[in-house]
Amino acid sequence: MAWILDDSRPIYLQIVDLIKTNIIAGVYHPGDKLPSVRDLAMEASVNPNTMQKALTELERSGLVYTQRTSGRFITEDVVKMTEIKEQLAREQIQLFLKNMEQLGFTKEEIRRLLQRELKEDK
Amino acid sequence: MEQLLKCENLTKRYGYKTALDSINLNIDRGRIIGLLGPNGSGKTTLIKLINGLLSPSEGALTINGFEPGPETKKIVSYLPERTYFNSWMKVTDILDFFCDFYADFDRNRAMEMLHRLNINEQDRLSSMSKGTKEKVQLIMVMSRNADLYCLDEPIGGVDPAARDYILQTIITNYNENASVLISTHLISDIENVLDDVIFIQNGHIRLAASVDEIREQEGKSVDALFREVFKC
Repeated sequence: MAWILDDSRPIYLQIVDLIKTNIIAGVYHPGDKLPSVRDLAMEASVNPNTMQKALTELERSGLVYTQRTSGRFITEDVVKMTEIKEQLAREQIQLFLKNMEQLGFTKEEIRRLLQRELKEDK
Repeated sequence: MEQLLKCENLTKRYGYKTALDSINLNIDRGRIIGLLGPNGSGKTTLIKLINGLLSPSEGALTINGFEPGPETKKIVSYLPERTYFNSWMKVTDILDFFCDFYADFDRNRAMEMLHRLNINEQDRLSSMSKGTKEKVQLIMVMSRNADLYCLDEPIGGVDPAARDYILQTIITNYNENASVLISTHLISDIENVLDDVIFIQNGHIRLAASVDEIREQEGKSVDALFREVFKC
């Protein structure tokens, strides 16, 4: 099945985010070998050039590394993973705060509502 | 390596009507390119010029350094808008036909794809639906090891599931020395597999850019941009 991609952003960036999320969420494990560019492109129903570009970007971020002749692997650097996990979490929180502000909530109100929500979850 | 496709001031007139007006265009290797434009914009004219079915009124066109002719037909694989197979032909006849005509035809690859789509080699074209006929023809065209694939409306007549399979076929057969030129107006269906798009209108090139560039600069999909540029 094709991966779900939206219309507004460059496709390779969306693929970077999807693979990042998969790594963070543990779909791919540290040290796992990634499928080949061609297979990933097939799976996502995108152009191999686009997939290549996405993987290069992931390499640059340090989440994926290439071993000459044997392929691409997920990093085993746990510190790096935690770092990126927290970065993704911060992005989500900032998005949430922005949306709440648009609804007219003050920081104080947001804190109160959030605390109540977290308490109820217990 | 030589530029794959080069058009210089390429012009085609039909009587007093100008179908292509002084087009300059280069296509590199290793790209999947969408040739997009409204009806009557010149898409098929350009593809026919590439395949030597029409000759330019003015200007020049070269493929791998050669003008369209026997040299270029060896390296260009063409899927025309309409089928040119005779309806009495069986799939095996067409396989033989392609083996005879094209040194770069990979019969095993074609048979594998036919098999995957449950198309029987003993079936006659006359007994097939429109969509199945289109699939057979596309399989033949994609089973050549060509440098340039020109597909004129390859997904128009087939159902969405087969459309996905066809796009997969295009991705799988992709190699970095070859390019695929696809003319269509079903943009949203093929957008994710394209590297570049060429917008063509009234015989002029409106835009030639990569899909990523368009999304980065315009913040919208190629499909949305097309609707905006060619709003009726």
